[in-house]
Amino acid sequence: MKKTLSASTKSNLITYAMLAVIFAVVQLLSVTGNLSSLVSGLLVPICMYIILAVSLNLTVGILGDLSLGHAGFMCVGAYSSAIFSMLTKDVISADLLRYVLALLVGGAFAAIFGILIGIPVLRLKGDYLAIVTLAFGEIIKVIVNNMYIAKDIHGVHFAMLTSISDMGLDEGSKEVILNGPQGISGTPQTKSFVIAFVLVVITVAVILNLINSRTGRAIMSIRDNRIAAESVGINVTKYKLMAFSVSAFFAGVAGVIYSHNTYALQATTKNFGYDMSILILVLVVLGGIGSIKGSILSSIILISLPEILRDFQKYRMLIYAILLIVMMIVNNNPVTKAFFKKIFGSLKRLLPKKKAAEKSSEVTQ
Amino acid sequence: MKNGKKILAAALSLVMGLSLCACNNGGSGSDKNELIIGGIGPMTGPTAQYGNGVMNAAQLAVEEINAAGGVNGMTLKFIPQDDENVSEKAENAYNSLKDSGAKLIIGTVTSTPCKAISPLTKNDNMFMLTPSGSAVECVQFDNAFRICFSDPNQGIAAAQYIKNNNVASKIGVIYDSSDVYSSGIYEKFRTEAASLGLEIVSSQAFTSDSNKDFSVQLQQIKSAGADLIFLPIYYQEAALILTQAHNAGLETKFFGCDGLDGVIKQLGNDAAYAEGVMLLTAYTSDSKEEKSAAFTKAYSEKYNDSNPNQFAADAYDAVYTIKVALEKADVKDASISASELCDLLKKAMTEIEVDGVTGHMVWDESGEPTKDPKAMQIVDGAYTALD
Repeated sequence: MKKTLSASTKSNLITYAMLAVIFAVVQLLSVTGNLSSLVSGLLVPICMYIILAVSLNLTVGILGDLSLGHAGFMCVGAYSSAIFSMLTKDVISADLLRYVLALLVGGAFAAIFGILIGIPVLRLKGDYLAIVTLAFGEIIKVIVNNMYIAKDIHGVHFAMLTSISDMGLDEGSKEVILNGPQGISGTPQTKSFVIAFVLVVITVAVILNLINSRTGRAIMSIRDNRIAAESVGINVTKYKLMAFSVSAFFAGVAGVIYSHNTYALQATTKNFGYDMSILILVLVVLGGIGSIKGSILSSIILISLPEILRDFQKYRMLIYAILLIVMMIVNNNPVTKAFFKKIFGSLKRLLPKKKAAEKSSEVTQ
Repeated sequence: MKNGKKILAAALSLVMGLSLCACNNGGSGSDKNELIIGGIGPMTGPTAQYGNGVMNAAQLAVEEINAAGGVNGMTLKFIPQDDENVSEKAENAYNSLKDSGAKLIIGTVTSTPCKAISPLTKNDNMFMLTPSGSAVECVQFDNAFRICFSDPNQGIAAAQYIKNNNVASKIGVIYDSSDVYSSGIYEKFRTEAASLGLEIVSSQAFTSDSNKDFSVQLQQIKSAGADLIFLPIYYQEAALILTQAHNAGLETKFFGCDGLDGVIKQLGNDAAYAEGVMLLTAYTSDSKEEKSAAFTKAYSEKYNDSNPNQFAADAYDAVYTIKVALEKADVKDASISASELCDLLKKAMTEIEVDGVTGHMVWDESGEPTKDPKAMQIVDGAYTALD
């Protein structure tokens, strides 16, 4: 039985086991009351960053295209779902149902934008693609910063490049939903670690299955050699678009988690601009391009690190930067690699011996 | 498999690390009857000077109070936390302060993070006093109060001052549409100006992404024939606007709000461009008024001759307001729970009067302070009160 497990299945199982262990440990700590407010507040954002990093890894690591507009898709997901939740908060009273619908709305909108952007953009390669996706992210941010949506007894009003007071709303029943650059405040909050974690598992499962499927192999063949892939009859545009829109869908889902985790949603450079896109790319690169496990781990470490360093006050960012550099060097240094190999190698030697001993005892029986 | 174990080990050690952090915090300060005040504001990033001003001034005030014997036998301790002017970081900062045992919060400094943490503090019933979060929603819940003027109040006061003193009749406005403070003031200013019969001939917006070149906006206002430009913005952009207006040969008057405090220093050698600028503010760093002057002196001595700004003055007042409220509520034991403290302070806040460096203040249940903005004009490179 064991011998039939392929290397990729084994690696996937380890990924799921890792997620299960993380979940179990967090739940254990939270049940026994050992989770500080800081850490429990960080759980949902960390899940969000895992989804972002894993989904970007599909574009960067598997498809092999450098995209710097991931935060743009996240922004689409965040705003569309927040508007949806604001509009339906009186209609759909079940929080969970509304949240699930919001997730689908946010993901779908982001995927549609992924396809729309993908059609022209995926004809480009390398640096050009990176620049265009970067521009896309910025355009999305500027557009949502100029949108105004409000509700009154006459219905829902939408306007661009104006202000709420110019929209001629009925003063008595006016309810502002999206106030231009000031964003959306009062989105119904769903700060559930369990739901966020389930979404992480779904994201990881979908993307791992995609990678190991026929489609995934086609996508990777495009990455490795586009001309060779075309010559064996792979529809390059179709598979590129597929990978890009799946990646956008999950970025949208992460956006939904974001918008339902913060009371005051505003599109700034820090959360939906290039700062964010670069941060997600850093998570992917540091975890190892193409490695889903790596993306998960680097998200957990890099997002919690600056918060855990809060005790250092002013030196926090300095220490964070130094740790980043150290991690980059250690990750790629042959000496340290050999050192870790030695430690884990000796650990490993202990384990197979046991197994071998068991096996031999089985045989003798 | 090898790789997997490595990763597992790393994950486990990380989680253990997290749980360690969980254990070593909390419960500190209970032995010394020390009341912990948490501060939240941007200490890094583009808005760091506001946050640092607040944190420095609050620390100064806490040290002064402790040196004078504390409050009702309690000593105060101030713990600042950075929010980078980002909502999600503000939530982390707040959670971290709760872990450190903070019983009340001074913050947040900027409006958007303030809106973001207000439901959290409401949920925990944690007393929150924002020195400078001026958006209306910052104090929407009953546990939140503020020191500064709200944005609408500033807009109304500015329009009324311009009308009552016949400063101008044709007004141009340049405001930051991506900033809650700026657009909040502008919205109210516009409605108030309309009802007072002031004419806004041109209103020009910019955003935080395009806040360096204002020549287009200035030309538009010039061709619209405005005789006064209203600037409900912060001093960095205002300094650029004043310089560019001077270079473009614009000869209008300028009128601003409390964000303009600091513009003289920002202009440096070109301070002459700010000559004649009028502003409504509660505090200026070269005020001759006794309390303000004492604060300015103490602040510059402690922090290498840097001049405190409006934000710092608000934070200084915030700490003294808390002191007065604690005395009024007769809180003597720092081990009181945050929620109980909040209930006592909420009641005390509506009963106290504070004479601070930003003026005389009283509060009602809404959390809004009642105080008068002072009109200032820059004459010979110094702020001079207009009456």
